[in-house]
This record gives sequence, structure tokens and C-alpha cells, in this order.
Amino acid sequence: MSSPACAIQERMLVRCEKLTVAFGSHVVQSNLTFSVRRGSIFAVMGGSGCGKSTVLRALFGLLTPASGRVLIDDEDLWTSGKARRAEIGRRFGVLFQGGALWSSLTVGENVALPLRMLTDLNSPAIAELVRLKLALVGMTAAEGVLPSALSGGMRKRAGLARALALDPDILFFDEPSAGLDPITSRRLDDLILELRDGLGATVIIVSHELPSLFGICDDGVFLDADTKTAIGHGAPRHLRDTSQHPTIQNFMQRVSQETMTPRGILHADG
Amino acid sequence: MPAPAAPTLKVDRKGNEGLVTIAGDWLVGQEHMRAVVGLHLVLAEVEHCARLRFNSSNLAHWDSDLVILVRAIQAWAESAEHRPSIELTALPAALQQLLALAQADHGQHTSDVTTTASALRWIGAQAFRGWGHLVESMDLIGATALNIIPALLGRVHARFADLITLMQDSGIGALGIIAVVNSLVGAILAFVGAIQLQRFGAGIYIANLVGVAVTREMAPIMTAIVMTGRTGGAYAAQISTMQGSEEIDALRVLGIPPLQYLVLPRIAALVAMMPVLYFYGCLMGLAGGMVVSVAMLGLSPTIFLGQLRGAVDPPEFYIGVTKSICFGAFIAISSCQIGLRAGRSAAEVGRAATSAVVAGIIGVIVLDAIFAACTNVLGI
Repeated sequence: MSSPACAIQERMLVRCEKLTVAFGSHVVQSNLTFSVRRGSIFAVMGGSGCGKSTVLRALFGLLTPASGRVLIDDEDLWTSGKARRAEIGRRFGVLFQGGALWSSLTVGENVALPLRMLTDLNSPAIAELVRLKLALVGMTAAEGVLPSALSGGMRKRAGLARALALDPDILFFDEPSAGLDPITSRRLDDLILELRDGLGATVIIVSHELPSLFGICDDGVFLDADTKTAIGHGAPRHLRDTSQHPTIQNFMQRVSQETMTPRGILHADG
Repeated sequence: MPAPAAPTLKVDRKGNEGLVTIAGDWLVGQEHMRAVVGLHLVLAEVEHCARLRFNSSNLAHWDSDLVILVRAIQAWAESAEHRPSIELTALPAALQQLLALAQADHGQHTSDVTTTASALRWIGAQAFRGWGHLVESMDLIGATALNIIPALLGRVHARFADLITLMQDSGIGALGIIAVVNSLVGAILAFVGAIQLQRFGAGIYIANLVGVAVTREMAPIMTAIVMTGRTGGAYAAQISTMQGSEEIDALRVLGIPPLQYLVLPRIAALVAMMPVLYFYGCLMGLAGGMVVSVAMLGLSPTIFLGQLRGAVDPPEFYIGVTKSICFGAFIAISSCQIGLRAGRSAAEVGRAATSAVVAGIIGVIVLDAIFAACTNVLGI
């Protein structure tokens, strides 16, 4: 092979080959093939209920795919064996939809737990790391607070600090801006960008928030609920400007439709 | 507000065309909702028409009621022999819009649609589910057993601080209720026994009755049942809530097994606390029995205690302790397992707590029966 092709291959950190995810006999998404470039912010887009989060779970190791492969640095995540998968998993940082902070631990303990459980660091070193991660997301003041006392946006930031605890290569974000007001979600977007640049991590983000998608993502895949597979590949902005697919067009043009009256939309559909 | 005008529905036939005239107030909750039921009789008139038109010029107020009526007419037309076409243009614009909205829903669902199942199917499904749960439980018991030695060597992903908190919650927190339950059970035993034994002049043997019954059976069982309701239910609810908020997923992603981080400390806490609570329960039960014996039979406490010493041998305590350890392990494992397999909704949390308590109580009693059979065979 010529060297440019090899170079492209090398830059791909995560690759999905013919991935199909299903719950029993109910297929959620099928035959997905896409690659995530090292250092990119990759969007998994699609309407509500199209299975974006489910696909994400197959990527970070929580849901066994029905068929197909997930390659992390050319290593198959799902045939590598449980122990090896756990090892690969150490390279992942996941921010769940609601933050998923362990409710019985304080914010600081939440960030410390992965370090305590999975590394040999001593307590002072862990405390230092926890303070750093919390500082990165602007949450140092909340170190001793229980998650129940935090607002939605703060919970996400604390969850992000925890996701950063083990210095991951790949960050997975499940709907980071869901349930946040536009300003908070904008701040979170900025934070994601800064962290990507600062840490050199690769980010895979599930979202249907257009401003976020257009603002920060430089590549992506569009999943369709009806055909249950990918119907578009590329950066969200690129898809918006070039895709001819009606579903993608409707999805991406939502911004301009917002000005229409409900009756207008009804008529437009009919 | 003026009284609503009576709603009327009139159907006329003009050649090949039917005219449905709707007038008056069509509001939900009035008598004529029944009109929909007898609708096909009214519409029989226009059965052979090719087209149906509406006249709503005298229509006053209307709400969902009218929408239902028109949808019923549409449904009738679709199933009629000649499938008359329906022209909605004469109806109010808002009504047409609502009809269009309702029409757009084809009743398609992406997720599984719950079907009404026959009894046989239900029994089959339950049997498969029960088998699945049994296999899961065995799996959990096996995995727990495999983790005992690493846990003793401190090589598991768990926090010691959690264990202490759990022991506090399940141990010290339960002292009050265990005292109440066990002393009352001891007292009840003494009441019942005193009446019977008095008849034979064998009142002194009340100490034997209360002593053996409390140490061997009642204290372990009552303590276990209290712990099932108090701690087992709490474990199931905690773990299923964590399931719902993706906290367990967060553990799994990091490669921290929930079994080690959540289940083992809970099993350890209950197994450690149950024998302590058992002894405490015994003490309370015997005290309750003694108070009643003293009050009813006029025995002096010294005589009661002397008789008790002769009646209760150490093996009774060994059996009681063994039982309470087994009960503790069972309650912890079953409730954690129920919590782990719960779904992700709030309703599931309630269901998990309920089934943990039910499974715990039934399991404890079944285990106790097994113990009774075994000790009987062994002659202990």
C-alpha cells in the first residue's frame, strides 16, 4: 500500500466495522462502518430514539454487539477477552447522560475512586490529582459536596472530572448538553474543546443539539431510526451543507424551521 | 353559561351522495357519546353512496367528542362495502387539523408492544423467567464464593469505609426494632406456654420452652425477617436506583466489578452483623419471656435463670449462630441480585424493594425448614 493510505489508517483510533447492536431480536442499528480520527471530535448524530446511546455503549464496552467489530488502535474490543477489555477500558473516559456520579460519595471521592481502585498511587498524590481534575472543570469548590446538592450542569462537569481521572485517550460523551440551558451547554462545549486540545484526547460525542454539533464536531456519522443504519458520514456542518438525504436535511435545517408556526410545519409535512 | 343545545346527527341521501348534518353542542360527558355505538345503524342509510359530505353550519360548541364521532364515521366508511369517500371540507378547520394529526399516527411503535397474553403463555414466560433468575442467583453465589479469598487478602475493588458504614447501618441501626420484636416474641411464647404448663403444674418448664424456642428458632428467624425488611429492601432499592442513574454503568466502564464494589461489602456487613444481632435478639427474647414468667407464674428471676441454664445447651447457640450467618448471606445476596437485575425506572425501584423483601422472607423460612430437617436427621 502507498504511504498516504497507511498514514490514514494509522490516524484512526477507533474503527467500527459492520457493527450491529441489538436487544435480543430487536435490532437497534445495523451495519455501521465508520472511523474516528485520533484527536478529532466525532459526533454520533440522529433523532431521539434512533439508538445513538446504544451504539456508544457498544463502543466503550458496555453492550456486546450482535455482530461486527469495534477496533481500538486496531485491537478488537469485543474478542480481546474480559481482562484485556478492562485494560483497554482504562483508556476510556465516559460522561454519562445524567453525570452518573456515585451518589453516596462526595464529588472529590467520585473523582478519587477510579484512582484509588485502579492505580497504586498514595493518598497525597490522589488528592493532588483530584484537585487538578476538579480545577480543569472549575469545580474545586464542590470537592466535599454530595452529588445530590449539585445542579444538572455541575453534575455534568463533576462527571467530566471523573471521566478525566485516569487521563483517558478517548472521551465518550452521552448527550452532554441534554437538559442544560443554552449558556451552560455552550460553556460545556468550550470546555470539551479546551480539554481536547489540552489533553490531546479523542472525543466521541452523542448528541442531537445542533449548536453543539456545528460548533465543536469535526467529523461524524448520522444514524437513521427508520432504516436502522448510518445514512450520512462527515462533519455535521458538511452534512448540513451538502447532504441530499431528506432526513438529514430535515434534522439539520431545524434551526430555520423554528421560526415557522406550528401550522406552517403541519402544512409543510402534509 | 347557556345550557348546551342538544347535539343532533342527521343522515340524508341524495342520489349517490350522502349528507351528514351535525348540529348543536358536541361535548364530552353528555348522553349522546352513545351515538358512536349505534352509529352504523344511522349510517346504514348512506351505505351505498359513493361520497359523504358534512354539513356543520348549525354546529355550536364542540370538543374531542366530535373528533371521536368523525373518526368513527371515517372508520365505518373504510370498512363499508362501497368505501364511500369522505369530504371533510365543510367541517371546522380546527377539527380538520385535529383529524389530520390523529390520522398521522399509524400506531407504529419501535419498542416491543405488550400483547395480551394467554394464561398458558404467562405461565411459560414466568417459568422461563424464574429459571433465568435461579441461574443468575447461582452465578452470583458462585462469583461471591470465588471472591471470598481475594476479599480476605484485601485484593478486591471495594472500600473499607463502605463496609464500616454498611455495618453501622445494618447493625446499630437495627438494635431498637430487634429489641422490640424479639422481646415481644419471647413474651408471647411465655404467655402461651405458661397457660398450658400451669395446667400440669409444670410451670417451671417455661424456662425450657422459652429458652430453646428463642435461641434455636425465634431469635434467628425474627432477626432475619427484620433484617430482610429493613436492610434487604434497602439494598435492593439502593442498587436498583444506582442502576437507573447509570452509576453501575460508570463502575463497569472503569472495570470495577459491581460485585466487588457493591455486593461483597453488603454481604460482608450482613454476615458480620447477623450473629451479633442474633445474640442480642436472644437476650431480648429471653428477657421478655422472663418478665412474663415472673409476672404470670410468680417464678423468681433466679429460679428462671437457673432453670434456663440447665435447659439451653451450647449447641442451641451454635445452631442459632450458623442459621443467622446463612440467613444474613442469603438476604444480602438475594436483595443485591434483585437490585442488579432491576430496570431503570422509578417503578422498578419499588418493585425491586418489594421483591427483595418477599424473596428474603420466603427464603429465610425455607432455609429454616431445611435447617430443621438437617438438625433432625443429625439428631442435634
